[in-house]
Amino acid sequence: MASISGTETVSGTEKIAEIKAQYKKFVGRKILFILFSLALIFIIAGVSVTLGSYPIPAMEVYSIIWHGIFQSVETREEIVVWNLRLPRIITGILAGMGLAIAGTMMQGILRNPLASPYTLGISAGAGFGAAIAIIYGTVLIPGVSTTYLVIANAFVFSLIPVFVIMGLARFRKATSELMILAGIAMMYIFSGYIHLIFYFAESEAMKEAYFWIIGGLSRASWDNIMPMAVMFALCVPLLMWKSWDLNVMGAGDETAKSLGINVERARLFIMIVACLLTASIISFTGCIGFVGLVAPHICRIIIGGDNRFLIPASGFFGGAFLLGMSTLGRTVMAPVIIPEGVMMACIGGPFFFFLLLWRMKEYW
Amino acid sequence: MVKLKIKDVEFGYSNMPVLQNVNIELAESEILGVVGPNGAGKSTLLRCIDRILIPQKGCIMLDGRDIREISRMELARKIGYVPQDGSQIFPATVFDTVLMGRRPHLGWRSSERDTEKVLETLKMLNIEDLAMRDINELSGGQQQKVFIARALTQEPELLLLDEPTSNLDIRHQLEVMEIVKRVVRERGISAIMAIHDLNLASRYADRIIMMNGGRVYAEGEPSSVLNAENIRHVYGVEAKLSSHDGRPYIVPLRAYVSANR
Repeated sequence: MASISGTETVSGTEKIAEIKAQYKKFVGRKILFILFSLALIFIIAGVSVTLGSYPIPAMEVYSIIWHGIFQSVETREEIVVWNLRLPRIITGILAGMGLAIAGTMMQGILRNPLASPYTLGISAGAGFGAAIAIIYGTVLIPGVSTTYLVIANAFVFSLIPVFVIMGLARFRKATSELMILAGIAMMYIFSGYIHLIFYFAESEAMKEAYFWIIGGLSRASWDNIMPMAVMFALCVPLLMWKSWDLNVMGAGDETAKSLGINVERARLFIMIVACLLTASIISFTGCIGFVGLVAPHICRIIIGGDNRFLIPASGFFGGAFLLGMSTLGRTVMAPVIIPEGVMMACIGGPFFFFLLLWRMKEYW
Repeated sequence: MVKLKIKDVEFGYSNMPVLQNVNIELAESEILGVVGPNGAGKSTLLRCIDRILIPQKGCIMLDGRDIREISRMELARKIGYVPQDGSQIFPATVFDTVLMGRRPHLGWRSSERDTEKVLETLKMLNIEDLAMRDINELSGGQQQKVFIARALTQEPELLLLDEPTSNLDIRHQLEVMEIVKRVVRERGISAIMAIHDLNLASRYADRIIMMNGGRVYAEGEPSSVLNAENIRHVYGVEAKLSSHDGRPYIVPLRAYVSANR
């Protein structure tokens, strides 16, 4: 077979070296994008912290941040910066990163570009949990602060879809089709319940619950950041550790099995960790969607599908994205603050369309 | 020496038996062709050998060890599987796809050595020019070669190929078969391929298993298995056979119209 053994020996080694160089360049480009996204977070945060309805000169803001590290916060300006702006910014970064990483993992294990915390019913579950806490909560358990009841309830209910999926997996194989259909069914069920209790709720309570469901960073505080940060620090390394398996699973269940992956177990593990991460975020922020769906896609367009790079990239990009939308939402109609959940969909949506049209065809 | 021994294997989906009483032996450095009509159980057999499916009865021994006692990772270092359809939803370069074949051999990250192995295989299959292309943009024949490359970088002792030549033009068919033959000879590994094309099976397989309705209908050298009588019985096709380079060459003539098939 001349066609097979007939490689031109002259250019053989040169060609290999060329491919190696190309591959190195490709990897370099991915790392560059990750660093760029990280830098973007710092830049947006740096700008965002100087903006707000209470005017403080930029240089003074930075000096307040610097001094606040060493001494307690006292003046009005210091309180605005340290207790209002910084928690909001940090929550935004954490939430954006966490939701984007969870979205990346869910799309990967389900081999479905539509998967996100929204489509799997996690957000709807959290919304339902919060709604019953807000509308009936104070009546049911007097004495417990409503704020915590809402958070706890949202967390518990956002995990119900995971338990349902895990339960189903005991009887049937945990295929991606089963998981995504179960998730969508859960989303419809919870949305239906939300509408049902809204229908009978008083308008004040309904308004409050509705604001919760829209999602935003207005409830950000240092107390809320701690549990979010702890969950983030626990979940993200676990997910990163599975990135190689996730790559292999992208080639389909059979191939992944033949490459040594216990597909059902890996899928369930990643699913549970990603759901915990999502739940720990949205029980504080409400249902900020979209970033979890879109950040992974935007990053795939730019750096391709290798999850070892995609996970950090979409994390940083998602953080920057949510923070950017939050900053816009605080400024475009100031002093009115547009919730992050709304900004995300209204501005982020068209932006995503633009990217779809403009995408670099080679990698997506 | 016996590389693989399949003993009394039975597999079925709920009440539908797919494999019944299958007994096969495979020697080292042997290419076994598995032929048979659609639904005869060829793909299922390959999946059972790679433990993607687990037989309800019987056992499969690799080097004398029951594959159920071998961890999935270890099995992945021993058996490479090329599925019929390796569709990918998200983008992946050819290089990264082939690099996945190193997964059973490495931990969290890949080393320079893994890169070398990938490049070596790409070069061997003459697809190094495709290295940085997206797998989804390639033709069926090119994709098939990439999947074979991935299985080869696994450095398996046994290669399973499920219809490696379906959807390929005749040039790619020959190229793929030559690659399989060469790898088996050079590395001394064994290969089992499910294949529809009887003439390719005849030409490249050392031994042939003809399956029908989940059972092994005939087994032996191509010249003994591929005869007009077997083809008529298993496929319901009248065929004319001649000899080419000492191997049977099949010209299918017409399908029998018969009620009891």
